[in-house]
Amino acid sequence: MELSTDWYLALSVAMFAIGAVGLLVRRNPLVMFMCVELMLNAVNVTFVALGVELNDVTGQVAVFFVLVVAAVEVVVGLALVVALNRRRPDATADDIALMRG
Amino acid sequence: MDEAVFIVSAAIILVGSCGVVLSRNPVHSALFLVQTLFGVAVLFVLQEAHFLAAVQVIVYAGAIVILFLFVIMLLGVDRAESLEIEPIAGQRPLAVIIGAAVTGIVLTVVLVATDAITGVNPTDAERLLTNNRTDVERLGRVIFTDYAFVFEATAALLTIAVVGAVVLTRRVRGELADAGEPESFDLPPVAPESGSEDH
Repeated sequence: MELSTDWYLALSVAMFAIGAVGLLVRRNPLVMFMCVELMLNAVNVTFVALGVELNDVTGQVAVFFVLVVAAVEVVVGLALVVALNRRRPDATADDIALMRG
Repeated sequence: MDEAVFIVSAAIILVGSCGVVLSRNPVHSALFLVQTLFGVAVLFVLQEAHFLAAVQVIVYAGAIVILFLFVIMLLGVDRAESLEIEPIAGQRPLAVIIGAAVTGIVLTVVLVATDAITGVNPTDAERLLTNNRTDVERLGRVIFTDYAFVFEATAALLTIAVVGAVVLTRRVRGELADAGEPESFDLPPVAPESGSEDH
């Protein structure tokens, strides 16, 4: 058995699917954010693996920018969670139905 | 040797991922997330992306997860969430079906159709991973030449995010009185009736 790009891609698929299922199943907004981070990391693994496959550093550049965007997303998302919790301390993601007029 | 490292870190990643999803307590989810991110950092080292491995540990495990834990502690939501309640009927089975479908479809594309992974090797020597530079130097040369504008755009993005976070979490006086919720989340006022510096 030889370590190939396919192994990384298969692991990444599993990680992405676990993150997606978590995003759909969990109701705590913080845990949902963590699942989004899992999905972003799965994509990062594919970027680096395919960059190695193609002998190209651009895959790593893409991961670099994904990291920045992930950090920004967490900052804004957590600010939203804090603002939401101040209004409704027990809010879960399902309570978005309350916005229905 | 590489295979052993891959298998161990893949096991760490998968256990951590399942832990994030299945933990009842958000704090445990955050700690499992750290485990997953470390596993990914090991994979980056294995593929000789040393700079990304370092950034992964410093930014993700060091900053983002700490921010998560900070918010969990700040909001006091570290109580266990009961996973048994299913507010929307059929949500769980549907989610698992969707996850299995995503896994199956993409795995088929990746593993069965092995010829599908194609691409063009870069003609530019700066971009080759085999150009006898260190990883950091290679990455830096590409980011600060070809991607310089994108790099500047991320600076603007970070600034906007900081401003946005401040605006979102700003406490406007009078807003809480309208909320009609018990003010258990308010800190006791340090100086009551001290004016309205928030406006």
